[in-house]
Amino acid sequence: MYERIREKLSILADAAKYDVSCSSSGSDRKNTGKGIGDTGSGICHTYTEDGRCVSLLKILLTNFCIYDCAFCVSRRSNDIRRAAFTVEEVVSLTMNFYRRNYIEGLFLSSGIFKDADYTMERMLRIVKKLRLEENYNGYIHLKTIPGASEALVTEAGLYADRMSINLEMPTEQGLQLLAPEKSHEEVKRELAVIRDQAVAYNSERKLIKTTPKFVPAGQSTQMVIGATPESDKDIMHTAHTFYKQYALKRVYYSGYIPISNDSRMPAVGTQPPLIRENRLYQTDWLMRFYDFDVTELLNDEHPNLDMDMDPKLTWALRNPHIFPVDINTADYKLIIRVPGIGIRSAQKIIVARKFGKLHIHQLKKMGIAYNRAQYFIRCADSPFLLREPEPSQLKTLLLRQSTSKYRTAPPEQLTLF
Amino acid sequence: MLTDLPVYVFDGTFYGLLTAVFESYERKHSIVQLSTTDSYTPEFFSGHTTIHTDRAKALRVWKGLQRKITPAHMQQFYRAFFSELPAVHLSMFRYAHYIFDHPAGYDGNYGHEDVLTIAQTAQRVHREKHRMEAFVRFKKSGNGLFFAVVNPDYNVLPLIGRHFRNRYADQPWLIYDERRKYGIHYDLHTLHEVTIDFTKEQAIAEQGTVIIDAQEELYTLLWKDYFKSTNIAERRNMKLHIQHVPKRYWRYLTEKEGKL
Repeated sequence: MYERIREKLSILADAAKYDVSCSSSGSDRKNTGKGIGDTGSGICHTYTEDGRCVSLLKILLTNFCIYDCAFCVSRRSNDIRRAAFTVEEVVSLTMNFYRRNYIEGLFLSSGIFKDADYTMERMLRIVKKLRLEENYNGYIHLKTIPGASEALVTEAGLYADRMSINLEMPTEQGLQLLAPEKSHEEVKRELAVIRDQAVAYNSERKLIKTTPKFVPAGQSTQMVIGATPESDKDIMHTAHTFYKQYALKRVYYSGYIPISNDSRMPAVGTQPPLIRENRLYQTDWLMRFYDFDVTELLNDEHPNLDMDMDPKLTWALRNPHIFPVDINTADYKLIIRVPGIGIRSAQKIIVARKFGKLHIHQLKKMGIAYNRAQYFIRCADSPFLLREPEPSQLKTLLLRQSTSKYRTAPPEQLTLF
Repeated sequence: MLTDLPVYVFDGTFYGLLTAVFESYERKHSIVQLSTTDSYTPEFFSGHTTIHTDRAKALRVWKGLQRKITPAHMQQFYRAFFSELPAVHLSMFRYAHYIFDHPAGYDGNYGHEDVLTIAQTAQRVHREKHRMEAFVRFKKSGNGLFFAVVNPDYNVLPLIGRHFRNRYADQPWLIYDERRKYGIHYDLHTLHEVTIDFTKEQAIAEQGTVIIDAQEELYTLLWKDYFKSTNIAERRNMKLHIQHVPKRYWRYLTEKEGKL
């Protein structure tokens, strides 16, 4: 008797899984009036066998779609099983999963059936029912349907914690190639609607305390990488622009998993570009938390990231004149640029060095990756070197010590004969 | 030599430990050996001091610390206690002495062994607390109680109660620590600790004997289905999976049932 709902869930969860965002943080919704749920710093309730976090119930309302985007499993021309949830089904799944502590909330996306407004209106009904009838204060991530009216999108923003709309491809040309019915312009228009409304609500809240929250966890977007031939520079420069212009909280990079035999894209069976995806996220982190400018990492001279080394190490080896950095005197901003030192350790260093010069054993205990950092720092008892190693020597040295999670076999040993 | 140090025997509670710090200043002992009542075996010819837990004395130590260290570090000091690690009592004792013997602000000296140990131990406890907030899996019983069995590495139930009370304010629930044989129960009004006798504990562990809500089977199935459907097979990475969901927790996770 459970078969129907089970089948729907597997179809609509399967179709939603290529949206990588699973963040449930950044909102601060309290559980008022003894209702159910709250949001905070986010919790990953479990991890799938691919190692990705499961925080939200991530589903499509339907996988029927009027569009035919080549990179999407739910595209009109694809011969797959189709299904659609009713409003009640989504609400009761969300509530029952939430009550059992399976999830932090709901991530609701949808294929577009009939037209954009018809779809957006259904999604709005779901979030309103959750908030107003179920007294639910958990997390809601809602996808904005491209082309939906401003009124519907704005109303949805009063109930959702985060809204997002995907750029899909890093450049307009890439998108035109694979999804001529969509455009970056449309995405920009929707992002701007939410951005401007959020600014308006926030400034009103400064005057009137009771002004409702509007998309408190902000907006995000996603790009598929590796389906079209953009360089890492194209990707990260686009990300940078969108972070700046639309005040995005996150840009997600989703390595393309071949799902069709379309000759414009990598063939089925091609490995997804996992290392590249990882390097892009590392670059994204350097931009957002480590105060790097995107042009320092990717520019015309270096349009692609090094796959052997993380971007921070690459940058350090390209800029030997900046190192070594003296841990006991350097600025925080310089310390976080050292390969092997993260934000947490840098903060500890800054506080601890007030009490006396720091030594190697203390740095090691604080948790910095000393094996890596030692070539870039000086502290109280650093050994004195007559000649600093050249960047090229350092690279070989560091690569030899590191065991990359992506490398299965050790690098081949050169033999003399 | 360690054996020359005075030996303090206290009851193993947080207040007991703070009382020990208080007494050590009374007796002008800057360094001692600490032992708990249930683990202490007296030796011939060696005296020891029994610490009688005194709430008032403990609170004076607590307030004294409050005056000298940041609220975040207060919380770290408290959290570290729940690690139940053998050496943590002495680290906390020495930390308190270090703080009292120096001007305010020395709680930031991560170059000092005890300061760093407290920070790192607290972080470990915090991770386990966070894990339990993630890994609790409630099952709904016939009378509407949502119950879960856990087995955390550290004694984190006292730290997670508030999170669950705030979140699940409209449903009664019970989280039971299988290893430490006690639970926390929320009855829609207040939160309290409960100790459950063995037969009842058996009943919880063996779900067959508890009356389960009629819908429970459906949502268990749907959750397992969802867990499978949301996985991307082409990206399979079991090493990462196990790193995030260590095997010792699988027994308590609905989605990993039958996977061990």
